[in-house]
Amino acid sequence: MTKKSRTLSIKGRGLTNFESIMWLFTRLSALAMYALILFGLIGALVMGARNNMNFADVMRWAFMPNVTHVQSTDLESTDAWVTPFWKLIASALLLVATAHGVHGLVVIADDYIASEGGRKFVRLLSIIMMASMSFMGLWIIWTS
Amino acid sequence: MGLKRDVSLSTGLRYRGPAGYLTFILHRIGGLGMGIFITLHILASFVGGRFGGAINGIYENWAFQIFIFFCVMFHAINGLRITILDLFPKLLDYQTEAIWIEWAVFIPLYGISVFVILQTALGG
Ligand code: HEM
Repeated sequence: MTKKSRTLSIKGRGLTNFESIMWLFTRLSALAMYALILFGLIGALVMGARNNMNFADVMRWAFMPNVTHVQSTDLESTDAWVTPFWKLIASALLLVATAHGVHGLVVIADDYIASEGGRKFVRLLSIIMMASMSFMGLWIIWTS
Repeated sequence: MGLKRDVSLSTGLRYRGPAGYLTFILHRIGGLGMGIFITLHILASFVGGRFGGAINGIYENWAFQIFIFFCVMFHAINGLRITILDLFPKLLDYQTEAIWIEWAVFIPLYGISVFVILQTALGG
């Protein structure tokens, strides 16, 4: 081989099956989460976080821009923080993070569970977890 | 589906890779830590009441914040290194250097965060 397989270009690898598409999804979702978290962080600073919140509160908001995360701060009003716009951003972050996280748990389980039945069971659990976490998360975001 | 890879549980747990093993295992611990925390946190917030309140109370504790912040920051910074190198595979030749840069970013950022968390928690 002239070219080391490790440094083979993404195209040259041929992303054909589900697992390798998820390999790419994991990386792209990582970038998406970075964008959404930075967006929440900048948003908090623009909405005046510097005067009314401590570091942990700002980070909590950045990692999930849901209004419950700023309720115990010194903000005079949370009106600007509870808009449908922030709920949409929070929903996007929730869905991307759930897909990334649940698939990551499957990757970890696969390293320790070798039997075919065991792996199928892990996949069944992961689908249940993905659906229920997405549902409960969206419920919390849109009713709080 | 990758259903045919053949490693037993004990072999899997005993695996020690070459260079980069430390970042690999910390990335895994961080991902697992966040996964468990976020799952419990969503469940607790969804059911609410006394049970939910008790679980979510743990998350206000500064010791827990220091732990979860390690998971989040290490996973995010290491994840960015993995993403950049994997999307531009030619850079994989410089993996060792990239890991050094990563520590140079992670240690001060995490250090400052721990300091600020402690200052808020203990200094009032
Ligand atoms: C900015 C945020 C994040 C970034 C940049 C990121 C990045 C990554 C990357 C690049 C991988 C692939 C590692 C590999 O294949 O070797 C990964 C795996 C993983 N991620 Fe994340 N991630 C982020 C957030 C999260 C969150 C919020 C969770 C939990 C809900 C999570 C859970 C996991 C798990 C469980 C794995 C599998 C670890 C393993 O295979 O050992 N990640 N992450």
